[in-house]
Amino acid sequence: MSVIAVDGHAFRRVESGAVHDAAQNEVFGEVAAQSRPRPEPAAPLLKVQGLRVQLAGGADVVSDVSFEVAAGRIIGLVGESGSGKTTVASALLGHVRHGARIVEGRIEVAGTDLLSLDEDALRTVRGRVVAHVAQDPATTLNPLLRIGTHMHEVLEVHAPALDRAAREARILDVFADVGLPAEAAFLKRFPHQLSGGQQQRVLLAQAFVLKPRLIVLDEPTTALDVSTQARVLATIRRLCSQHGVAAVYVSHDLAVVRELVDDVIVLYAGRIAEAAPLATLFDAPAHPYSQGLLAAIPDVAERRALQPIPGQAPAPGTRPAGCAFAPRCPLADARCGSEQPALSHLHGGQQAACLKLEAGPAFRIEAAASARRPAAEADGPPLLEVAQIDAWYGSRQVLHNVALRLGAGECVAVVGESGSGKTTLARALAGLGEHAAGSVLYRGQSLSLHARERTADVRHQIQYIFQNPYRALNPRHRVGETLTAAVRHFFGVDRAEARRRAEAVMARVSLQPGLLDAYPRELSGGERQRVAIARALVCEPQLLICDEITSALDVSVQATILALLRELQAGGLSILFVTHDLGVVRALADRVVVLREGRVVEHGAVDDVLDHPFNRYTKQLVEHSPSLIDAAHRPPREDRVIRYSI
Amino acid sequence: MSSVPLHAGAPSPASTGPLAALKALRGRMPAWLPWFVGRLLSGIGVVLVISFIVFGATQALPSDPARIILGPEAPEHTVDTLRRQLGLDRPLALQYVDWAQQVLSGNLGRSIDSNVPVGELMAGRFANSLTLTLAVAAVAFPLALVLGIFMALRRDSLADRAVLSSVVLFKAVPGFVIGICLVMIFSTSVFSILPAASLLDPSLPAWRQPQYLVLPTATLALSVATYLLRLVRASMIEAMDSEYVTAARLRGVPERRIIWRHAVPNALIPAIQGVAMTFRVLFGGAVLAEVIFSYPGIGNTLNAAIEMRDLPLIQGIVLVITVGVVVINLAADLITVLLTPRLRTATRIRARSPGLRNAASLWRTGKSWRVSV
Repeated sequence: MSVIAVDGHAFRRVESGAVHDAAQNEVFGEVAAQSRPRPEPAAPLLKVQGLRVQLAGGADVVSDVSFEVAAGRIIGLVGESGSGKTTVASALLGHVRHGARIVEGRIEVAGTDLLSLDEDALRTVRGRVVAHVAQDPATTLNPLLRIGTHMHEVLEVHAPALDRAAREARILDVFADVGLPAEAAFLKRFPHQLSGGQQQRVLLAQAFVLKPRLIVLDEPTTALDVSTQARVLATIRRLCSQHGVAAVYVSHDLAVVRELVDDVIVLYAGRIAEAAPLATLFDAPAHPYSQGLLAAIPDVAERRALQPIPGQAPAPGTRPAGCAFAPRCPLADARCGSEQPALSHLHGGQQAACLKLEAGPAFRIEAAASARRPAAEADGPPLLEVAQIDAWYGSRQVLHNVALRLGAGECVAVVGESGSGKTTLARALAGLGEHAAGSVLYRGQSLSLHARERTADVRHQIQYIFQNPYRALNPRHRVGETLTAAVRHFFGVDRAEARRRAEAVMARVSLQPGLLDAYPRELSGGERQRVAIARALVCEPQLLICDEITSALDVSVQATILALLRELQAGGLSILFVTHDLGVVRALADRVVVLREGRVVEHGAVDDVLDHPFNRYTKQLVEHSPSLIDAAHRPPREDRVIRYSI
Repeated sequence: MSSVPLHAGAPSPASTGPLAALKALRGRMPAWLPWFVGRLLSGIGVVLVISFIVFGATQALPSDPARIILGPEAPEHTVDTLRRQLGLDRPLALQYVDWAQQVLSGNLGRSIDSNVPVGELMAGRFANSLTLTLAVAAVAFPLALVLGIFMALRRDSLADRAVLSSVVLFKAVPGFVIGICLVMIFSTSVFSILPAASLLDPSLPAWRQPQYLVLPTATLALSVATYLLRLVRASMIEAMDSEYVTAARLRGVPERRIIWRHAVPNALIPAIQGVAMTFRVLFGGAVLAEVIFSYPGIGNTLNAAIEMRDLPLIQGIVLVITVGVVVINLAADLITVLLTPRLRTATRIRARSPGLRNAASLWRTGKSWRVSV
């Protein structure tokens, strides 16, 4: 057995033997970007000038993007969906997706202009000089090929002189480097036999095995749990600094970027809104959009009054003339609507494209009052009391004796990583559990775990909202049909009354009544999730069960949904909120229940649990949750030494 | 369970006995074997159920075989005697057991119509149908595969759109119209280079008389290939759009290698079910094509047998077709599982028929359900 001790500034790895088995031994590095020694910026390795990418119809996906990255530096490319960040990332390898075209610009890597190369020359550059790591490792690895075949292919293509044994030696070397088992047996595995973290490490190994000069990482940790994410980020940082590789890290998540990069570029509607060194961006964001993003992100370290950015990001082709952010910007005036702002240089390497830089911050981060203390026990029986629930998936038990209480008007968060059983629990309470058993009291009455066996009265009081708003609404029903069908099912009212109630509920979720005649495909993700919430509200529920309902949404949209939920809660609704995001927990919940492998490991008031986690696993979750709050402002550090057993 | 050693000093059965051997065997046993055994048993169940239905349904036919044999003029007592001789007056259950025993011993009875043993009668016809099926497969599968991949790689090009439109045309036109058109073009009105009717010489195997095979093969291949072609094209497009293909491109893997090593193997797995479906359709007797060309295959024979209420022959043919369909399904599922690592290594395979859903959806709508629009 060996122990990895982690302190705030460096990480050491102590190993005994070559035990590289599960994700457990993945190297964990304390996340402390600001304490890293940084090489001085040298001549830029990557130079992007005036990049413009168009769709076949002539709409700009990306325009006027210029930036530089020096060897050994990591730059973060941040933006919400539709901002063009992935387009920029793949353009750095001279690639655009089907139907798009690079129409202008210059991308220079180590002195070579990639866009002037022909197909063959470009192919030799891809992988060898510029490597790419994709977002979802599960779909990026070919399901029919073994890990070894994936690795050998890269070397066969780019280093044909190596024989099989030499290739294998290189592969095992790089596996050790990225924290994978350096064993021949591991090469025989198929992608689906690996954990998500291991799969992502295979992608890293594929990228690093040829020792490229530049590596492009496109949201490589989005599909991973927070703990795995923290370890993979640490590995990326170590590899980049070890090999002096320049890196472009694409992400929608400012908090993750903060853990890793030196400089940040904020993209909005295909243009650079702001570019700044990391610390400057977080301390003094210049562009209203950057300010809005920072104010919209829920943080694990403190409860904030999240400020939604009104409206939504425009899609390519529908971008307004002038500043693309103007329609959402509180500072915008007539000039913003007609004039395209250019990037202006501020002090300290900061650049921003805004005409109203002097007008003061458009959004300000505001701390909120602490979470409500749970009401005293004497307040009468809780709305929902789960004495015990067990659930099985096949022959495997996925929930073990889970218990929780939910008072009237309270919001309880259920937190856990993937596979912790949190969705199983939510589904069982909603009456969708197929193989669950247990005893649950709702308003003091026994509650069946099968919706079929519940009375209609109870069924309309307990409503469930699904994770993915894109799939939760019937695509062939207009919004109005979706809502009135629920009303008429439960309350047997006539058509006109159902319509009236649907209109009333649309107002409650801040949607235009005109949208009642829209089909779900005409709505944005945030609007769809509002419709899903409206469908639950129209049933006059007492308890809302929300299963990760913001995880498919952009942060600015997430903030509006969270604000809506808090408003509903203030109106007396009880909410059971399932999530993996501790920042959301802090922003929303009164109490939290931490699930691990189907067992409750800790529960209590949100501020107590997140500020002073008692359980080791909870501590680890809090540790690994990226935060925008400076480490100095975070809770005392002495409890941040974590021991890992291998 | 406990076992008592037979004599002192005997090694513990747990370590070396049959139990341990069983465990060791389990360790070496492929993970999919239990699934396969289950599928095999359920396949046998299907055959059994179909045999009930076949037997019951033919019994339920409204007319009386004895009366048909003897004709409407025959006196009632003669018909009764024949009915007794044929065993048609006994309880159904008994008739079934009798029949099942006979079938299992290879005796499918005698055709009521021609008084020839059913087995003998079927053997020749099945051989003819099998020859036709294989000929169609040999033409249609490579055509669909090559053209499908080609079209997927040049998707939305002029060639792709032209082929796709003509494919829709062939699918929209019923098979017998295609057959009649071919006859008109190649045997009657335009050219007369091929025989219009497949009057096979029964003394020679069908493959020795290729001139009779050309038109039926072409007719069936044209209608079958359109389906397969679209399936291969759709799944190839899906594979080429997948993230592992994009990722391979971004690693600088040459396009040719991406197509053959990454995309084609993934695209062919759904095609296995499509091929199986084609085989099922063809093997079950391509009745229309056989009737048009008077091809002496199993479809034609079944058609004639039903017209004649020839019970033993109907039973025999339907039973053999059932077994054939079950075997084709089983083979297709086994191949799919063996070619899909995730299924091959799974300890519990949930999907009873992976890919079948996809093939069926494509058959109905022309769209692979896995391709999101």
